[in-house]
Amino acid sequence: MSKSFGRNYKAVKAGNPFDSGGRGRRWRDRLGTGVFAIFTYFILACVFLIIGKITLTGAPVLFQSEAPFLNTEFFSKSPMTLHEFEDGEGNNCRLDHDRFVDFKKNNPNAVIKNEQTHSNAGGGILGPLVGTVLLVVLCMAIALFIGISTAIYLVEYAKEGRITNTLRLAIMNLAGVPSIVFGLFGFAFFCLSPIFPVFTAVPDWEKSLLAIPLWPSDGYLSFQGWGSSLLAGGATLAVMVLPIIVAACEESLKAVPEGFREASLALGATKWQCIRTAVLPYAAPGMLTASVLGITRVAGETAPIMFTAAVVTKGKLPWENSEGSGLYWLSSVLTQKVEALPYHIYSISKLQSNEALDEMRYGSVLVFLFLVIGFAMISVVLRSRYRKKLKW
Amino acid sequence: MTNSTSTGHNADDSIISIEDLSFSYDIGKTNTLRNISLKIPEGRVTSFIGPSGCGKSTLLRCLNRMNDLVETSRITGGRIEILGQDINAPDVDVIELRKHVGMLFQKYNPFPKSIYENVAYGLRVQGVRRMDILDQAVEESLRKAALWLEVKDRLDASALELSGGQQQRLCIARTIAVKPRIILMDEPCSALDPIATARIEELISELQDDFTIVIVTHNMQQAARVSDQTAFFYLGELVEYADTTTIFGNPKAKQTEDYISGRFG
Repeated sequence: MSKSFGRNYKAVKAGNPFDSGGRGRRWRDRLGTGVFAIFTYFILACVFLIIGKITLTGAPVLFQSEAPFLNTEFFSKSPMTLHEFEDGEGNNCRLDHDRFVDFKKNNPNAVIKNEQTHSNAGGGILGPLVGTVLLVVLCMAIALFIGISTAIYLVEYAKEGRITNTLRLAIMNLAGVPSIVFGLFGFAFFCLSPIFPVFTAVPDWEKSLLAIPLWPSDGYLSFQGWGSSLLAGGATLAVMVLPIIVAACEESLKAVPEGFREASLALGATKWQCIRTAVLPYAAPGMLTASVLGITRVAGETAPIMFTAAVVTKGKLPWENSEGSGLYWLSSVLTQKVEALPYHIYSISKLQSNEALDEMRYGSVLVFLFLVIGFAMISVVLRSRYRKKLKW
Repeated sequence: MTNSTSTGHNADDSIISIEDLSFSYDIGKTNTLRNISLKIPEGRVTSFIGPSGCGKSTLLRCLNRMNDLVETSRITGGRIEILGQDINAPDVDVIELRKHVGMLFQKYNPFPKSIYENVAYGLRVQGVRRMDILDQAVEESLRKAALWLEVKDRLDASALELSGGQQQRLCIARTIAVKPRIILMDEPCSALDPIATARIEELISELQDDFTIVIVTHNMQQAARVSDQTAFFYLGELVEYADTTTIFGNPKAKQTEDYISGRFG
């Protein structure tokens, strides 16, 4: 029965029995490791080049060596034309457009030689910054409202089955739609289609489907579409972030123990009372933090706002450009185009390069980077804090 | 405890009357409960015992229609009457039913709110706003649940700071604050240590003056200690229902005897 395998053993070499003989195999192994490592460090290099280069070049634009250490003009002025010229003594001068106008007014006899103007190379980024913040706030408000409602319906009300699965699949598919498609959709839907109303004193009669006079004020509720505006941009961004928000809100709702719902219902609460008092308060922190993270991802998008909200230059901030009062004021603020940081960066990057414009570019990009990373940090901090706090 | 038989009591003193009830969690599949008939007397403690999966918790959850939460579940036959009303009739508002039939769960589940807010919850969802009524109800309920002395100085503290036994007594206070006629208890002590269990059992016997209590328990000694009537379930059927002393002293069915003597289950 027993069979000897001894004969098949490899002959033992004299000296080192474990010497493979050749160096080739070991070399190939090392080479493989090296290749993998190189690609990994390549990513690291990209990160350092992006963040490092931008920080190093952009920081001198944002900060200064004497108090208040921050270049306040960069944050308090909107982009404007820069005038570069030589004065009578041959000094090279650069003045923002507003300063240049003052200078000429105060010194009517000043010698101005070799004047050059650089568009968008002067001023600061107040307009784009305000625009982006407003867009993000609007996007968050719209997306949270729709997202939380959807998640509540899917988790608490809808019966599990083919319909809910189809709904979830549809929402997930939304996440795969390219951002430029969202931009075009938003333009067609929110900007042009006349189902979205505005409050206005003067309806656009050509576009308006229906204008309801609002007595006693002499204005109208006009169904004429939102046009390219803050509201349309915020709504487009909101649609884009919805898949993330719905998924996050669903997870947060499911994480609330079933015992809370049972206890609440057993005490005679209605379904909505149960959701409002025994589910939502405990799901809210998770919903908010996950949503902030989702919004971080759309705050940086350019394509969705290109057609729906953004404008290259605009002298005034939205509320400085508004008219009417009450609802009319709000409507007029929300239905105007805005400057937005990502679009601002895109448009100044297309301009012919010069020294002053380069500073603007790096400064803008650095602020943008801080803003988006800041949002992400806030959500991470909030999440870890609530994880510690909420235990049951 | 008069003339009790395995089929029921006098119709007069029964508050819950179950007739030929069959129930399935998934229609089309096997019935979890089959042809159960029993009458539960008012103002007594009735316990449901039986091995895991025998349907005792399911039956309990039929009594305040908690099984409505399971979408696919259906009552496939028979009826349940509480206070003479068929509770599954279309004109029964399940919210009103649950105000009269309170429930205590296996795992104590206070809300992560203050002690006060936990007890006041049931009244608040019923629309009670007046602070004096709420204050009074909270104190009264906590006293009845034998928790008042331990928590009266920290009503605003989080309920989750309490010990397990205290949390379960808080859940009892929360349940009795809405003044139900019946309290259903689904293995209320299974997550508690023996000392906390003893306190809850003590509380149950105090509460039976005011409420009808139906308790599901795994622990046969507990059933023997706290209940007046005991129903023994096995594989979805009611095997025997009688006075607790009869069930534990002189059971009629062989299965009951085997179970209470620890031969299976």
